[in-house]
This record gives sequence, C-alpha cells and structure tokens, in this order.
Amino acid sequence: MNQTVDQNIEQPIRDFIATRLLYSNEGFNYADDASLLREGIIDSLGVVELVEFLQTQFQLKVDQQEVRPDNFDSVAKMGAFVRRKRGATA
Amino acid sequence: MHFTKDSLNLDPALETERIVKFLQQNVRQTMRRGAVVGISGGIDSAVVFALSVRAFGPNKVVAVMMPDKDSDKLSEQLARELAKKFGVEPMLEDITGALQGFDCYRRRDEAIAHVFPEYNADKGYKAKIVLPQDLLDNATLNVFSVTIVRPDGSEETKPLPARDMLQIIAATNLKQRSRMSTLYYHAEARQFSVMGTANKNEHDQGFFVKYGDGGVDIQPIAHLFKSQIYQLAKHLGVPEGIQKRPPTTDTYSAPQNQEEFFFRLPYATLDQIWFAKENNVPAPEAARVIGLTAEQVQRVYDDITRKIRTTDFLRLLPPQLEASHTL
Repeated sequence: MNQTVDQNIEQPIRDFIATRLLYSNEGFNYADDASLLREGIIDSLGVVELVEFLQTQFQLKVDQQEVRPDNFDSVAKMGAFVRRKRGATA
Repeated sequence: MHFTKDSLNLDPALETERIVKFLQQNVRQTMRRGAVVGISGGIDSAVVFALSVRAFGPNKVVAVMMPDKDSDKLSEQLARELAKKFGVEPMLEDITGALQGFDCYRRRDEAIAHVFPEYNADKGYKAKIVLPQDLLDNATLNVFSVTIVRPDGSEETKPLPARDMLQIIAATNLKQRSRMSTLYYHAEARQFSVMGTANKNEHDQGFFVKYGDGGVDIQPIAHLFKSQIYQLAKHLGVPEGIQKRPPTTDTYSAPQNQEEFFFRLPYATLDQIWFAKENNVPAPEAARVIGLTAEQVQRVYDDITRKIRTTDFLRLLPPQLEASHTL
C-alpha cells in the first residue's frame, strides 16, 4: 500500500466499498492496488454506485467515457482519478 | 488445431441430428409428451421451434406468441410466418393485461421520469436503456444510460443512476417472467416441456432473466454461438425474413438492438473472439486472424470474463445447506 497518499481520498473509498459493496464490518481487507473487477468485488451496479459516491463525496462530475478500468478498477486508481479531476478543476 | 476465421463453422445436419436426439431423450426421460416454444419472431426461438418440430412433429409442438404493447408488430408477423411454414397453428397470448396487473409500465416509467421529467409514454415518448457502444476501441465499463425518443423523433441520452437502473430492469423483467408463466400454463395443461431459446452468448454471459426466459425445462441451443444459430437456421429452412432480421431485444418501447443493450459489438466479431478465448488462443494470435489489434481483442476477453463472473448467480440453483443430522 502506498503510505504517502492523501488518506482523505483513499479512506472514504475503502470504507464505502467495505460497508456498501462487501457488507463487511471488518474494513477493506485488500491492497489498494487490488483489482476490484478481477477479484469479483464489484459488478456493473457496484461501478455505478462508486461513480455516484465519488461524485457526491468529492463534488466531481464523472463523464461516462471516464468510467473505465484504468480509473475505477482499484482504490489506488480511483484515488489517482479523483486527484486528477481535482487538479483539472483547481 | 489452428484458430481460423472458419473455426465456428459446424456441420448443420449433424448438429441438428444431435440436438433432436437430445430433445427426444430428455422429454421422454422427464415423462413429458411434447414441447412448448415461445416464438418471438427472432432467430433463436425460430431455430428451437424448428428443432422441436423435427423432434416431436407439428402436432406435439405448441408455438406461443406473447407480445405486449411495446412489441414490434413485425415480430408477430414473422412468428406467424414461421409457424405456418412448419405446419403449426400459433397461439396468441397478449401479456399487456398481465403486465398492467403487475404495474410494470408505471414502475418502469416512473424511474425513467426521474431522469427525464418530461418523459410521458401516454404522449408518445419512447425509451430504452443502452450500454456504451465502443467496446473494441474504448474500455468503458458496462454502465447503462437511458435514451428517450420524443414524439418529434429527437433523442436524448443521460446516465442512469443506480436506483433508477434497478427499478427499470426489475419492472421490465416482469415481461420475461409473465411469458415464462404463460409458457408453463400451456406446458402443464398438456404435460409438455418448455423449451429454452437462449444461445451460448445469452446463456453464458447472463443475458437472460432468472426465472424469466431462463425458467425452462431444456436448453436446446445454449451450447451454440449466435453465428452457429444462423447456420442451423439456414439448414432448417427458417424464413428468410427472420434470418435477415438484426438481433433485437424487442423489450423496450424504443427500438433497441442487442448490441446496444448488452453485447456492445456485432455478434460475428464477438463470437470469433469468444471462441478464441475459450480455446486459449493468445490475444495477439486471435487479433491477427480476425483482423483486429491485440489490445482490442484483450478488451473483449476482459469484458467476457467480467460478464460471466458477475452473472454466475443467474445460472446457479439456489444454494442450500446439507442436513446437519444423519443416521
């Protein structure tokens, strides 16, 4: 796990996946670079819920063309995506 | 054996014989006396119907047409032509009343109106839900949008929030489940078997409704790629109008092909890529044969893997525990 990242972005994403997609009270027990699609953690509904979560949590507008594995397939990729979007709108 | 563009070609006469025997054996084993087939005017149900007539004869096959108010009129016309050609008088069961009883249309339209407040089916608006269409060149994930068609013909598409997506799909699935109930009425009234009409693409990737069109007694063509269904259709003499009709869902009020709704690329391309994947052909080699890039093929490999994995639950029987006490 990359310890240098801004935990204000990654932690809410981990919490959302753990509680809303994995129905787990034990937190997110995967590496931040684990593939959520390959591990079977999210399906297409999960992707839509993650998009809605990122939009609400981080006040972003996610375009449908951005809903790609390289932006949504792991906590790390979502974190980087949020940072890029914030940078672009800053 | 090498992977070639012709790898999907089968011997239609031999395959027909194999399926006919399979149907006869299974119907006999389950003490049924014939077959019930829902004919939609599409290629898959036409092939299953023709195979059933071969297996049991026209007097032991019931063909049921089950349109609702959103169905394309061409579907019934083609279904009638098919039944006539094979010597069967089709039955018409309009399921619109049953769907109104389930509140299908109001529930569906309510969710569409959350996204498009102007949407009003009574004023001539039509709608459909669609996936991104550029799978070969864009790795976008399978996230639905909703498209409305206004009475003046103009179209608009917006992303579909999770809650509305679920409501639209749940309401629309009432159609397939109403059809399943209708087919079982006719099957049980005669001690016949209900024939499934899902091909391999639909069955394995989960493009069917659990206990809807997935609620059947036998799956005669679930092992065949769509391209192979067309080969059988030609061999069996399915009417040309059905053979030439582009695959459609005929489920939403706006016209919708199966690529828009689920598969995201033409079946002929999808079948070749999927066959290569199933036979462990490396993406670069498959790409060379099909005439695509390795990256495009890999994208489709990944999409197939995801669809199969996320729809596993559709193909499973309900899990249950073993008894905790035995003698």
